Amino acid sequence: MFHVKHFDVVVVGGGHAGCEAALAAARAGAETALVTLRQSDLGVMSCNPAIGGLGKGHLVREIDALDGMMGRAADAAGIQFRLLNRKKGPAVQGPRAQIDRALYRAFVQKEFANVIGLTVIEDEVVDLIEASGQVSGVELLKAGKIDAEAVVLTSGTFLRGVIHIGDVQRSGGRMGDRPSVRLAERLDSFEFPLGRLKTGTPPRLDGRTINWEILDQQAGDDDPALFSSLSTAPAAVQISCGITHTNEKTHAIIRENLDRSAMYGGHIDGVGPRYCPSIEDKIVRFADKTSHQVFLEPEGLTDPTVYPNGISTSLPQDVQEDYVHSIVGLEEAKITQPGYAIEYDYIDPRSLQPTLETKSVKGLYLAGQINGTTGYEEAGAQGLVAGLNAALAFQGKSPAKFSRTTSYIGVMVDDLTTRGVSEPYRMFTSRAEFRLSLRADNADQRLTAWGREYGVVGDQRWNAFSAYKERLDGCKAALEGEQITARELSEAGVKVNPDSEKRSAYSVLSLIDVEPAHLLALRPEFSDFEERILRQLKCDALYENYIVRQNRDIEALQRDENAKIPLDFDFEAVGGLSFELKRKLQATKPATIAQAKKIDGMTPAALMVVQAALRRPAKDLAG
Amino acid sequence: METIFARATANGRAGVAVIRISGPRSFEAAERLCCSLPTSRGVRKLFGADGELIDECLVLSFPGSASFTGEPTVELHLHGSPAIVAAVLAELSKQEVLREAEPGEFTRRALDNGKLDLAQVEGLADLIDAETEAQRRQAMRVFEGGLGAKAEEWRKALIRAAALLEATIDFVDEDVPVDVYPEVKELLLFVDAELQDEIAGSYLAERVRDGFEIAIVGRPNVGKSTLLNRLVKRDAAITSDIAGTTRDVIEVNMDLDGLPVTFIDTAGIRTSDDTIEQLGIERALKRADSSDVRIFIIENNDLPEIDVRDGDIVRRAKADIKFGDQRGISGVTGEGLEELLAEISRTLADRVSTVGVAIRERHRIAMTRCSEQIAVVQKEIASGVPADLLAHQIQTAIRHVDSIVGRVDVEDLLDEIFGSFCIGK
Repeated sequence: MFHVKHFDVVVVGGGHAGCEAALAAARAGAETALVTLRQSDLGVMSCNPAIGGLGKGHLVREIDALDGMMGRAADAAGIQFRLLNRKKGPAVQGPRAQIDRALYRAFVQKEFANVIGLTVIEDEVVDLIEASGQVSGVELLKAGKIDAEAVVLTSGTFLRGVIHIGDVQRSGGRMGDRPSVRLAERLDSFEFPLGRLKTGTPPRLDGRTINWEILDQQAGDDDPALFSSLSTAPAAVQISCGITHTNEKTHAIIRENLDRSAMYGGHIDGVGPRYCPSIEDKIVRFADKTSHQVFLEPEGLTDPTVYPNGISTSLPQDVQEDYVHSIVGLEEAKITQPGYAIEYDYIDPRSLQPTLETKSVKGLYLAGQINGTTGYEEAGAQGLVAGLNAALAFQGKSPAKFSRTTSYIGVMVDDLTTRGVSEPYRMFTSRAEFRLSLRADNADQRLTAWGREYGVVGDQRWNAFSAYKERLDGCKAALEGEQITARELSEAGVKVNPDSEKRSAYSVLSLIDVEPAHLLALRPEFSDFEERILRQLKCDALYENYIVRQNRDIEALQRDENAKIPLDFDFEAVGGLSFELKRKLQATKPATIAQAKKIDGMTPAALMVVQAALRRPAKDLAG
Repeated sequence: METIFARATANGRAGVAVIRISGPRSFEAAERLCCSLPTSRGVRKLFGADGELIDECLVLSFPGSASFTGEPTVELHLHGSPAIVAAVLAELSKQEVLREAEPGEFTRRALDNGKLDLAQVEGLADLIDAETEAQRRQAMRVFEGGLGAKAEEWRKALIRAAALLEATIDFVDEDVPVDVYPEVKELLLFVDAELQDEIAGSYLAERVRDGFEIAIVGRPNVGKSTLLNRLVKRDAAITSDIAGTTRDVIEVNMDLDGLPVTFIDTAGIRTSDDTIEQLGIERALKRADSSDVRIFIIENNDLPEIDVRDGDIVRRAKADIKFGDQRGISGVTGEGLEELLAEISRTLADRVSTVGVAIRERHRIAMTRCSEQIAVVQKEIASGVPADLLAHQIQTAIRHVDSIVGRVDVEDLLDEIFGSFCIGK
């Protein structure tokens, strides 16, 4: 039991956003409390048993580079590691792992037990304490009022969450009971603009009733790519996933029962993600496809539950039974928990500043699904941003501003706060225009030193990174100092003109078809360097020429980013803007031209009008 | 936002002179002169601040949504006397809420207010300067937004190509389209072919704007200068019986069926010991080489002095005194002249038909860069470069397209473009 009634930062909610928020605030030196209903729920994975993927894997590496927990937890609990896009360029390779739920939760529990300056409170937040636009604490059901300098709210889908299984609905979210109504009312009183989203889950299966014998297996990589730079090898036993497919019989069953689906029966208004459609959606929208892929993902080494990825649904339970049994290998499969859709309100993230503090209520930070995102990784990354900035704010330090040019986290925060969301927001690599330099492989080079300045990177990681960086720089210098003639390269089978100029060993690595092994064949003395270092330099070298050009774009972008729009700028008074754009601009209040540029429906002509209007006062004064 | 005013018509005496006032306080400013402003148009008496009648004129008022600049605008259509215009301008200058417009400022405001895109502004500049029919038509195509529409089409195709590559990157584990490369390649080919056409056309567009050069070439004393004089219907060049009379290059402009052309008379080509004549001959050869069309005037069965290119015209000299010939020409009698002009006109019209909507060197540079970038992407696809790099390269190509209508780095362009405007437009 805790004794203090005052904390610097109080985090509400113990999901992935809440955990990273609390840990980041504590690392940054804030006396922090995390309030959750049950301490044993920390580290629970409520949806699919996997972490990482494209864009998402980048986020996990960035969380790790800033000394967060998710990467280490995933490495400790990963039971099948795959590097997606292994055959494409390193910039778009995304590490992904199947996770053993029990191992993951165990890791998180242990982590929280060992953090200094972090108290976990088992209680329920019933209200925020707020006066004249400033949050000053929370009210708990059992413990009463607690003062706080900042509150990070990570309450997921609790705002009017409704669960649909076919035509049956029940109010969802564990905070759906009476007391949390007050919290919801409090949030309503702040008049944040709201939107409604939905997301679905597949039925869970009992793995012991699946006919694995006849199914294809997908094994993990022989050379697993881990998430954390502090990890060296997977900790758990590695396993395979099964692959099966839906067939015409499955599709017929679903088509016949479409009117009983919550989504197609008209029970759901929320917008679902286009990139993760329910099986109903797939069958309606891609009517000509006779088969869809289903990954059978084990939820753990000891847990027989299997997550069939690809058939999320809101059909009634009996239909779920029928269509599952129509799939090869699942003829006898037992459903342990039916699939369902959940519909919930989110707060339009355009109400947030880039620190994830709300614009209208000081000291209140929002992170995770409540901001319209989906996924553990997106939630964890936002938690880190909110927790860190909440800590910095009360310390009177300048905020940690994540930029689009240096991190996926920056891309996400910028997208959310300037563009808002129209479907559950998920990270993709194509959202990052500077993707060639924002790679999963260099997250530590991009962020660890930066994070250290804000105090969020601990000594252990900092020492490890500094030593690594020194070796990396030393190796790079050695490679740059060694010249290799084009004739040598050509004779070694590298595609270059034998009469061209000689080049440094580092520049040789930048050639697309040259791997460190080729270099070692030519210069055996480099085999003293670690393989990890050489692989990293290969990635850095490969993109160097492209990045020089990209940096010019970054500079141009930063010029734009720097063109500030005053907070009181009146978009209504700007001539030549459509009514709709004026409304959007007035609602979003972009702080810079770069943010204005990203507003939905913003045309180049409209942007010029805004730029012109901004130039005007100065020009008028001069004139 | 200041309210500005300027004379919109040329200096000097004319039937009508127009003064334009634009900006938030334009209505109020005009009202001071004419007492009551008409809601759209009306005849009003204009009075000075001292109450004296200056002129009776037609007054037009436009709300911001309907005006050229996108701001409330008033036009005063005065009697075109320099004294009246000066008096009205003086009265306007006295009003503190107004200031005289800078060159090109009305157009700049139209751009700033989203009434025109950058290419349209350039089209407008050309439209105002147009002297011949072809120039007018060409400028109009751009002013109407033809280039912007093309650029948008290219942009869409390139974005689709990038999106196809992105799909293979971000959705690798899912049921993604099988092989996107055939469509990507097709899209690149399409855009590049269009760019090539526009680039080729843009050289000619410049000719339409600046004039085609047509050189008259031949040995001394074959009658080149006489022909020139006849073509332009005046004594532009000195003619005599003495070989080598023309020593320098003589240029005369004219409107040929709507196309601006410059006829160039050159020194007769022969080996000469006269240093000055020799210099003239060198200059003649150089100009002939850079001309769009050369008219070779030959005597007897001489071969032309320099290589004849496609589209050049060869004529036999002095058809009036020499043996009759279908391809003969005479500057003295005018024989064969009409047929010659018709052929030149046909040749030029053929070439002009390839002109598209890109008319400026700036457009051509952007299109050339885009085309070069597409070539890089095509080469990289062939050599198996990964999709992330290809997508990045396509983004660069898209930026080149964007710069045509002024989506990026417009600031640098603006001053240059507006520099070419004169006041009041």
